[in-house]
Amino acid sequence: MVTLGIFSAFTPENVLYLLGGLGVTVGVSIISVILSLIFGSIVGIIQFERIPYFSKFVGMINNIIRNLPLLLIIFFVYFALPKLGIHLPIFWATVLAMTTFESSMLAEIVRGGLESIDIGQFEGARANGLSNTQTMVYIVLPQAYKKMIPPIISQLISLVKDTSLALGIVLSEMTYRGQIVYAQNSNYIIPVLIVITLVYFLLNYGLSLIAKWADHKLA
Amino acid sequence: MNLLQDNFPTFMQGFGYTLLSSIIALVGSMILGTVFAIMQILPQNWVRTIGNVYVQVFRNIPLLIITFFFFLVVANYVKISGFTSGTIALTLYTSAFIAETVRAGILSIDGGQMEGARANGLSFWQAMRHIILPQAFRVALPSLGNQFINLVKNSSVLAFVGGLDLMYQGNMIAANTFDTFLTYIIVAVFYLVITLPLSYYVKHLEIKLKHAA
Repeated sequence: MVTLGIFSAFTPENVLYLLGGLGVTVGVSIISVILSLIFGSIVGIIQFERIPYFSKFVGMINNIIRNLPLLLIIFFVYFALPKLGIHLPIFWATVLAMTTFESSMLAEIVRGGLESIDIGQFEGARANGLSNTQTMVYIVLPQAYKKMIPPIISQLISLVKDTSLALGIVLSEMTYRGQIVYAQNSNYIIPVLIVITLVYFLLNYGLSLIAKWADHKLA
Repeated sequence: MNLLQDNFPTFMQGFGYTLLSSIIALVGSMILGTVFAIMQILPQNWVRTIGNVYVQVFRNIPLLIITFFFFLVVANYVKISGFTSGTIALTLYTSAFIAETVRAGILSIDGGQMEGARANGLSFWQAMRHIILPQAFRVALPSLGNQFINLVKNSSVLAFVGGLDLMYQGNMIAANTFDTFLTYIIVAVFYLVITLPLSYYVKHLEIKLKHAA
């Protein structure tokens, strides 16, 4: 009966349905990673620049967000923000929650990357007549980003995995759709879980290989 | 603040379960992680392969899927609760990350340490236990601290399987009182009570280690 379940679970409709879920997973991940790269860089640079009071304040907020479970942030955005009059559809609520959380993670990576750059690079650029902003944009950031590629990719991997948490607010991503499929028949549970696991694994393992390759290439 | 007063026992119960699950998973994943870290550096090819496959598989799949596997599949054969399924999944998931951290710690120790220990008559395992691992753990301590913070945060997946943890109780209270905003803020404070001091301690360790090097 189990073997029967393995094949009958994957009717063309179910496969297409699961693939659509994969599309949502990848979509949320890509949008969130781009947004959090932008916001994370801004927050990281603010913390690195040590602007009196402001940097400390931003750092404190960042620390609080970083130390909360992502699941809590997702629930907060979807269930608590409407109390403040902010109503978001599920997809964008997930994106907002993921972006908030991942930005704070990436800000730490950016700050660490900037701090790893030799002070002589700043001094040399400034001595050659570049402004503060120019030094940052043309000299320091390119070097820092190069070092940050591997940790950024591992952050992307956890982002892909973490989209499954949006199940909690019924985002129609792969894990949720898997649940819908095996709700039809309990014989489907094992095959569907195995296939979903495999898809996540291949996606993330591929990303981790890219991280490894980048690490070798840039080291 | 009435919300906190009225539901204080429930919050504390959730807090207790979150703490309990985190501590069990921490101890379990430290042991399991160290075993797999050592497996990854042994000379025998097949042992290394097992270690590598384990780490890669559990690092690259969502914790939620592992939790569902225990809750929906394993629980059919062995009687385990949501709390137990979640904690086992948390242990397996975290052990893969701890294995990576410990392995990096071991590899950062100079090869001369092992050679010296072996030359002085220690067996491979004695050298590992008394010479290499103590040094490796010191190097790995900040990353291990970060893994523990992640573990506490990740324990919130217990909410999906009725694990009675902080997140689960928070959802219940939010659903009962309709005051989602305040409830989730209180839940956040409870999580921060555990994670924030840890994160400052990890930072302190990082600075100390940097100066020692």
